[in-house]
Amino acid sequence: MRATSRSRRTVLGALLLCGALTATGCGAKTGDAAGGGKAVAADTSGDTVKVGLLNSLSGTMAISEVTVRDAVKLAIEEINASGGVLGKKIRPVSEDGASDWPTFAEKAQKLIREDRVAATFGCWTSASRKAVKPVFEKNRSLLFYPVQYEGLEQSPYIFYSGATTNQQIVPALDYLKSKGTKSLYLVGSDYVFPRTANKVIKAYAKANGMTVKGEDYAPLGSTEFSTIANKVKAAGADAVFNTLNGDSNVAFFKEYKSAGLTAKAMPVLSVSIAEEEVKSIGPQYLKDQLTAWNYYQTTETAANTAFVEAYKAKYGKAKPTSDPMEAAYTSVYLWKEMVEKAKSFDPEKVRAAADGTAFEAPEGTVTVDGENQHLAKTARIGRIGADGLIDEVWNSGEPIEPDPFLKGYDWASGLS
Amino acid sequence: MTVILGQTFTGISIGAVLLLIALGLSLTFGQMNVINMAHGEFIMAGAYTTYVLQQHLAGAGLSLLLALPVAFLVAGVLGVALEHLLIRRLYLRPLDTLLVTWGVSLMLQQLARDLFGAPNVQTRAPDWLTGHLTLPLGGAELSLPTSRLFILALALAAVGTLALVLRRTALGRRVRAVVQHRELAEVSGIPTGRVDRTTFFLGSGLAGIAGVALTLVGPIGPAMGTNVIIDAFLVIVAGGIGRLRGCVVAAFVLGVLQSVLEWSTTVSVAKVAVLVALVAFLQWRPQGLYTLRTRSLV
Repeated sequence: MRATSRSRRTVLGALLLCGALTATGCGAKTGDAAGGGKAVAADTSGDTVKVGLLNSLSGTMAISEVTVRDAVKLAIEEINASGGVLGKKIRPVSEDGASDWPTFAEKAQKLIREDRVAATFGCWTSASRKAVKPVFEKNRSLLFYPVQYEGLEQSPYIFYSGATTNQQIVPALDYLKSKGTKSLYLVGSDYVFPRTANKVIKAYAKANGMTVKGEDYAPLGSTEFSTIANKVKAAGADAVFNTLNGDSNVAFFKEYKSAGLTAKAMPVLSVSIAEEEVKSIGPQYLKDQLTAWNYYQTTETAANTAFVEAYKAKYGKAKPTSDPMEAAYTSVYLWKEMVEKAKSFDPEKVRAAADGTAFEAPEGTVTVDGENQHLAKTARIGRIGADGLIDEVWNSGEPIEPDPFLKGYDWASGLS
Repeated sequence: MTVILGQTFTGISIGAVLLLIALGLSLTFGQMNVINMAHGEFIMAGAYTTYVLQQHLAGAGLSLLLALPVAFLVAGVLGVALEHLLIRRLYLRPLDTLLVTWGVSLMLQQLARDLFGAPNVQTRAPDWLTGHLTLPLGGAELSLPTSRLFILALALAAVGTLALVLRRTALGRRVRAVVQHRELAEVSGIPTGRVDRTTFFLGSGLAGIAGVALTLVGPIGPAMGTNVIIDAFLVIVAGGIGRLRGCVVAAFVLGVLQSVLEWSTTVSVAKVAVLVALVAFLQWRPQGLYTLRTRSLV
């Protein structure tokens, strides 16, 4: 019995070894084209160049990510209509990340290796970005990430076209301080972005003589906020800093109003509520509350008038435009500029040409910082109107240089 | 003092929401032993009914009040359809029922997405439900949100009516007879099939009313049912399967416990602590707070 089983094992081992050898043999043959760790050249044969669109088209994130994909498609159409990039028309290849982070990584791999795209536009949550980061780095392919995030990251193969902390959260705190806010209450969803953001906020408050009167986290998707509203009310802070995400905002603002709290007595400043979210929460619950972004549908620039008009013409009058959509739209144009500056689709050459690339975006002029691959962006504080649109009440006047690790701020030295 | 009273009120109002979402389930799951995973989607149907009525009627207050009976009917009819088409064929096969109703719940969610879109929709609360009552209290003030008072009143009215129906009417007698001993009820001439259908209608209808109440506190979207269904089952299990009284007591106890713990710790910790307390309690009393004594052998 034992002998049989051993001989079986030997046969099996031999088979496996043979298999492995064959596989290596195969790999050696095509190694130059698709070997591990080596970049796959983008497929630029013919008169088209492929780019990847990697967004959740299904699952819980689909509501937000579909709008971002639509904005990217609009930019591609416009660029194609005006002659394409380096004389080639852009052909988008869309993949569904399905609100599932491993799926994002798998689809990123597919876009780079099989479709051989020249660049990829997409991802929304930090979790999905963290999942695809090693894939883009290993394959030396470029990702353009369009959403504001918690900072403290800098990948050579990612361009961040949304805001980092010093272009959204820090200006928001400066604004509250200038309005005489002495104390804050922090409310957020229980995951990486709110927790990291609140670390930054607490460090800022400490250095600027503000007190943090309380800090509460609710699980993502939580919809019972009566106790949190009571706690906020009892603490009596001057303002609330809100980093809640998704459905929780609806319940939070309904409860906030029921508890008798108002934007006048205790304003709530939110960093994850854009035009699309205002529509689904209900403007009557949000009227006069504050938001911090870099772009609003109402931002007054010539480029924005054209962008809003084109978007509504393509997708319908009722569709609002929002900050992440604008950042995604802008990133396609920035990529085009960089490619034309580099006179090549090669990611390394595109990266080398990136520094100083500027674009007249709907939010105003944005410029790429070649070192950390973020954009210089103008910060804007907005007040939510009864019509569901957001009106700007303050802006930073000029684009703020990106500082993802907050090196330029003494109070942030203890953060990591 | 105001804090304690305020938090107790918050706890009671959380309890009222729990009671409303669990009440219908206490009939279908508690009395009939049907694990209906689509119960949450009946709640969703009630919420969307409120939304649709408000789209067509001018007054927010009128449409909300009108939504109560309409949502009861809509959800009730959905329930009867489910009972008649599927569950009826699967009595005594609880696992199959669970899977089938879960499938139905997914289909109803997708239907809502197709009809109303994936993003949440919103309803306007009437003015008399967005303010709060202020009670003077020895120097301090206690403010009670009117929407919560409304939900509390609604929950108590629903429980009262249901208790009355079960205790005092011929229908209630029949339901109780079927719950206590199905075969004996059948040989006594009670049409158990029809009683089952009526019970399911009542239970699902109550889910519709819960949906109307939820429009006042939370988001209205395709996923709202899945947010509440687990809590509803918790209340039933803690209260003791098949007992209305247990359901009422468990809902309020869980609500107050949740709010007190949330006040002194954080939301996540409170949620965990409530679950741990519940597991410990069920170790001590596996049958829940109140038990149903039946003459049935199984």
